[in-house]
Amino acid sequence: MELLLVLVLGLLYAAGVYLILRRSLVKLLLGIMLLGNGTNVLIFLLGKITKGSPPVIDESYKVFQDIYADPIPQALILTAIVISFALTSFAIVLLKRVYALVNSDDLDDLNTPEEEDL
Amino acid sequence: MLFTVLAGLITSSLLIPFGKLIKTKWSILLPFIPVVLFLFYVMHVPSIAEGTNFVQRVNWVPSLGVNLDFRLDGLSLLFALLITGVGTAIFFYGRTYLKGHIYFDRFFGYLLLFMSAMLGVVLADNILTLFIFWELTSISSFFLIGFNNDDKSSRDSALTALSITGLGGFFLLAGLILAGNIAGTFVISELFMKHEVLTIHPLYPLIIGLLFIGAFTKSAQFPFHFWLPGAMKAPTPVSAYLHSATMVKAGIYLLARFTPILGGTDLWSISLMVVGGFTMIFAAVHALFRIDLKGILAYSTISALGVLTFLLGLGTPAAIIAASVFILVHALYKATLFMVTGIIDHETHTRDISVLSGLRKVLPPVFVAALLAALSSAGLPLTFGFIGKDLIYEATLHFNENWTIWLTLLAVLTNVGLVAAGFMAGIKPFAGKLPSAFSNIHLPYPSLWIPPLVLAIFGLAFGLVPGIIGNYFNHQTANAIAGIETDMHLKIWHGFNLVLILSMATLLAGTLLYVVNKPSSSKLQMLARFDGLSPQAIFRRLARGLKDFALFFTRRFHNGYLRAYHLKIILFAELLLAYKLWLSGPISIDFDSLTPLSWYEVVIVAILIGALYIIVSAKSRLASVVSTSVIGYCMCLMFVFYSAPDLAMTQFTIDTLTTVLFVLVLYKLPGFINFTSKTVLMRDALVALGFGAILSLIALRVLFEPNTTEISNFYGENAYLLAKGKNVVNVILVDFRVADTLFETVVLSIAALGVYSLIRLRLKSSEKE
Repeated sequence: MELLLVLVLGLLYAAGVYLILRRSLVKLLLGIMLLGNGTNVLIFLLGKITKGSPPVIDESYKVFQDIYADPIPQALILTAIVISFALTSFAIVLLKRVYALVNSDDLDDLNTPEEEDL
Repeated sequence: MLFTVLAGLITSSLLIPFGKLIKTKWSILLPFIPVVLFLFYVMHVPSIAEGTNFVQRVNWVPSLGVNLDFRLDGLSLLFALLITGVGTAIFFYGRTYLKGHIYFDRFFGYLLLFMSAMLGVVLADNILTLFIFWELTSISSFFLIGFNNDDKSSRDSALTALSITGLGGFFLLAGLILAGNIAGTFVISELFMKHEVLTIHPLYPLIIGLLFIGAFTKSAQFPFHFWLPGAMKAPTPVSAYLHSATMVKAGIYLLARFTPILGGTDLWSISLMVVGGFTMIFAAVHALFRIDLKGILAYSTISALGVLTFLLGLGTPAAIIAASVFILVHALYKATLFMVTGIIDHETHTRDISVLSGLRKVLPPVFVAALLAALSSAGLPLTFGFIGKDLIYEATLHFNENWTIWLTLLAVLTNVGLVAAGFMAGIKPFAGKLPSAFSNIHLPYPSLWIPPLVLAIFGLAFGLVPGIIGNYFNHQTANAIAGIETDMHLKIWHGFNLVLILSMATLLAGTLLYVVNKPSSSKLQMLARFDGLSPQAIFRRLARGLKDFALFFTRRFHNGYLRAYHLKIILFAELLLAYKLWLSGPISIDFDSLTPLSWYEVVIVAILIGALYIIVSAKSRLASVVSTSVIGYCMCLMFVFYSAPDLAMTQFTIDTLTTVLFVLVLYKLPGFINFTSKTVLMRDALVALGFGAILSLIALRVLFEPNTTEISNFYGENAYLLAKGKNVVNVILVDFRVADTLFETVVLSIAALGVYSLIRLRLKSSEKE
């Protein structure tokens, strides 16, 4: 199964990179989100995935009795998901703003001022 | 000694608050600084002459080996006396020369800074300290050349001088550090012991190469000589002080200082002889074509510096004695001639020797000074210059049998040129008939003509008692350069020998050349045709090429398109990662350690890949956004399979929220427009797939590496015992790493504030495009 996840993360990264090479602001944002997902899978994979044993201690015990999934990647990913939400939501609103001002989501329309210097 | 170095720096900073007073009432105080310093060093003359050295060490940055170590030996003393002695003359002279100038205080600030820096260079006993002062001299020279800052050519010359000497400084620093590291010490007096270690080291040629570039740029040796004529844009006191008597000799000082450390090899000698020899004849010939007094003096200065380099290259005791005497000879007559030029310029407002004549009638004391200096430069018997010239011939005649004739011929030819150039600068303006235009000129203030006269008289007096002067000033200098006891007995009369014949022949030929040679602007223009081949033009072309390249590079790589930057960054990252991956060797996959595959996982992955394809190829914005949320849910399910319930819940919530927000905000945007050509799409797809593949390979590689689980185990075992929580992930977030979570909340709040204010912000109609 790990090999499948390896494939998934590669594809997520590839799609993310492909999207940030486009001209559209929306695609840029989607690309960043995909890169974030890819990174989450990567972190998750590095913690040795385990099936059916979440890192939660049994009701009647004080310590683990059995093997359990590595809690550290999970804590890291949880933080990453929340922070990326902050980024995405701010970016979405910003995008709307840009659209309201220049009436376009084409990145090339945003970099006019420097052209005159050349 | 530290005090003498700092005196100038302290005074120059005092000029900031007291500049106004210095400009008017207190300006007479200024020359007393070099006077006091000069007396301080004169007091050391007797003990230095007996062979004593004075050392002073002050820790500055001991951990880096940079300390304010100072050492006064024969070589340092000669230079220190020149700096403070000529400095005294220049300060008296400059005070009158620049009287009433709006930047009077600034001028002396720079001059004091320079004096300090130069004293630092010649006294430093630590190569890094030496380098710091070395750079300070370049900087003060830059400010002084560009002193007339409203004149474009003056600013250009200042920049050229700074770029040449500054560039040389970098090379010098590299050479010094290399030498210091190999020898294991940065203290110059300890480096004397390391001569053997350094000269047999394989990097020795590199060290002296770097050192030479530093010295040649500073001392205006070919092909770096061209900044010096440009530096003549500076006020004349500066030309007299920095660009003939002291600063340009810093390179010579450096070579002399390092002769006992790095010298004595064929490579050292031959390089110096070739560069010095070529520079001295090249500049001497050039000087003859100039019509500007300062131009003549600039080229004859370059030639004299070439002579010094050449003598250090010969390296025999006779040559080193000659060099130590010639430094003093040249400083005395050249500073005088410059100051005379300054007076002429000041009074007649021209420096063109084809116009100037007959000034002896109106400026008699100036004429005396100029005549004495010109004669000393010509090496007339009884002047100090005569002694210097004799020693040079002595050195070339007693070098290597096979080379004697050629080297002597070279020296004679150079000296013939120098004699003529000296006469052109010192006698030409005063000889002949006085044009009516100049007849109403009267003698300036005594403070303007006394300093050059005093220096010129010194040149004569030293020549009358060469034995005493040699004993006191030059003997220990030569010892310090040679590193051994030299046999120095300066005499006026050596008997009737070959040296005397050569000396007389030089004088005769030089005088003849002076009479025959009529420099004019038309001849100068003829010479200007070859400017395209000069090092200056090559240097300028190089500079322009560099600028063009920078422009090309900027246009190519900084074109203002975000995706172009992304592409370059990603490609670079790919190359770097691929290289590292390739270095790490083959990846072996251990299939037994993998978790078994079940059909529902395959289904999820298939859905995910399908969603990815839709995002990448979709024409509609909404379809892409929805597909992104599909990917999020697939991730969520995978977290469920692999024992991460918290992640699944978070991902589910967040993904839903994001999609809702996206759709709410973006529903009215138009569809994607496809501008890009097929080839660009293919290229981007390849780059993207390459990146994905590399990341996958890295993941595979790490997957089968052993990893440590100490931290995870710690959290797992102590979650309940220490933090009374059974969900380990939660415990980590809200207990073990609670500060991180707190800041995460802060970040979220800031983002929320941003979102809220952006939504609430209403644009005025004028702000809309």
